[in-house]
Amino acid sequence: MFENPDNHELINFAQFPDAHGHFGRYGGQFVAETLMDALRELNEAYLRYRDDPDFLAELDDDLRHYVGRPSPLYHAVRWSGLLGGAQIFLKREDLNHTGAHKVNNTVGQALLARRMGKQRVIAETGAGQHGVATATVAARLGMECVIYMGLEDIHRQSLNVYRMRLLGATVVPVESGSRTLKDALNEALRDWVTHVDDTFYIIGTVAGPHPYPVMVRDFQTVIGRETREQMLAQFGGLPDALVACVGGGSNAIGLFHPFLNEAQVSLYGVEAAGEGIGSGRHAAPLNAGRPGVLHGNRTYLMEDDDGQILATHSVSAGLDYPGVGPEHAWLKDIGRAAYVSATDAEALAAFHELTRIEGIIPALESSHALAYAKKLAPTLRPDQSIVVNLSGRGDKDINTIAALDGIEL
Amino acid sequence: MNRLTSRFQNLRRTGRKALIPYITAGDPHPELTVPMLHKLVQAGADIIELGVPFSDPMADGPVVQKACERALAQGVSLRQVLQLVTAFRQDDADTPLVLMGYLNPIEAMGYGHFVHAAAEAGVDGVLTVDLPPEEAHDLLTVLGETEIAPIFLLAPTSSAERIRQVAAVAKGYVYYVSLKGVTGSASLDVAELDDKIAAIRALTNLPIGVGFGIKDATTAAAVARTADAVVVGSALVSLMGELANDAQAMQQAVSAVVAGMRQAMDDV
Repeated sequence: MFENPDNHELINFAQFPDAHGHFGRYGGQFVAETLMDALRELNEAYLRYRDDPDFLAELDDDLRHYVGRPSPLYHAVRWSGLLGGAQIFLKREDLNHTGAHKVNNTVGQALLARRMGKQRVIAETGAGQHGVATATVAARLGMECVIYMGLEDIHRQSLNVYRMRLLGATVVPVESGSRTLKDALNEALRDWVTHVDDTFYIIGTVAGPHPYPVMVRDFQTVIGRETREQMLAQFGGLPDALVACVGGGSNAIGLFHPFLNEAQVSLYGVEAAGEGIGSGRHAAPLNAGRPGVLHGNRTYLMEDDDGQILATHSVSAGLDYPGVGPEHAWLKDIGRAAYVSATDAEALAAFHELTRIEGIIPALESSHALAYAKKLAPTLRPDQSIVVNLSGRGDKDINTIAALDGIEL
Repeated sequence: MNRLTSRFQNLRRTGRKALIPYITAGDPHPELTVPMLHKLVQAGADIIELGVPFSDPMADGPVVQKACERALAQGVSLRQVLQLVTAFRQDDADTPLVLMGYLNPIEAMGYGHFVHAAAEAGVDGVLTVDLPPEEAHDLLTVLGETEIAPIFLLAPTSSAERIRQVAAVAKGYVYYVSLKGVTGSASLDVAELDDKIAAIRALTNLPIGVGFGIKDATTAAAVARTADAVVVGSALVSLMGELANDAQAMQQAVSAVVAGMRQAMDDV
């Protein structure tokens, strides 16, 4: 239990969101009437299956044998020793099938889509990891799959674009707006409203209209549940701190949620500071934005004085989003989690450091979490522990890294 | 009395249906918006929906999205739109004007500040696309301090329960989205429309406007047989985009489409 500093009420995090998807003042269903019935249908289906033993057994079986769960919790002994503080454990979501945590959610939503009788799935993607994870499960279930991706992201993540096409998905370039993740989300919403009868929209993060933030969270909490058991078995106690990168925030909430009621576990979400918060070229709405409404929910946004959404910047395509999941907005306001940031340069340094010291090539997204762990570890004692969510592997980023080093592959 | 209510009463008395053109404020240039509004009235508009540019218009198709981008590129956001409304009201005290847009610019301005500025400018209705009744309580409370009508959407997928829920809070008219899709999508199916309008009419006394997918005079006339109002947007905005560099040709082309629809609707 956690005491809300504003009104001193005790919060049981298992009771949130409310029936309409509100986390405090955040979340909700801010969509056009044309989508309200589809959200009702989805919410009813989700409520029906979320506790259904048959559905959960099917999901568990897929997570075990198709995704490869449980993912290891790896004690980074050498890196911990070099940093000279807390013991750092890496939750190895990079070892999942398709190389990131995204597949935990797409497996769940695709099974739900099948039970709802939907034959066509659509998704938005930024870095391409969610697109690949969606195309993967669609291939396995024999569903038609359309992925919306900003033109800018298509250029910087060409490997993932090709992977999606190999898997049989249609990748639609989005040329409107800033041509990144937010515009891909707009386009996917337009597709959904047009093909609402036969189409299931697999949102990749804990944002969007209710029930997406709670549904995606529930599918991702397998990360935190495993971490909890593994820490008790391998370290003999709960971790002192959890660190995860936050774009939309699905890997972070998946790790955090099973620990929310234990106030002694410190939580750190790491946003992308890009070229620095002061430069304005970043993707850190919790650090430098303010509450507003976008993509179906109220949350912190990067916007101008007129409420127009700003273009974002991050070296990591997966964090390049002007909003954030509403549960994170709420956790920030009540002080349960701290939201910090790491610049492009800090993330790149952490990327190289982990690669050379532990022999693990992390995704640029996850490298933001590693960058903050580097700062946090020396402030703690060697008998304390930090779990960092290594949310994805860095193979997809090799072209970006090489280009920054002036190398053409 | 709200201008929308009296306008619909007059139309009903004379047995005519309302023609509601939509344009995006500031598109293609802010100086052209007020003259264009007057031209629309001259061509036969009964009510005008004025789009408030937004960076992420999720419920709109590519035509309106591009119009938003053109307007935003010239710095036209909610505050500037209200200035344009004030300017329009200097020469037109009668034509009802409805702002159509998304919630975030209103949130950024603050509900109280926005509503009172809109009332002062002479706005008669506010249609916030991404604000269903479930989330509208706070804005409805502030709007209730003024004469401004909250306009809500209904869709082919809206159940009887939802139609009742919308009807309970809507004023002015309800806007029936005639197809599953975004603005400017494929043409609508008139036969299907008649059944749905009858179903809505059974649950509310508010006038029913129909929009999304009305591209030509024939469709407008067919819709006017059952609906109380016909909304045309993307067909006009598309012309404005094409003729953005020739203001006179643009005004003539848009006026001709509106006048053609007016003629066809009045011949019904």
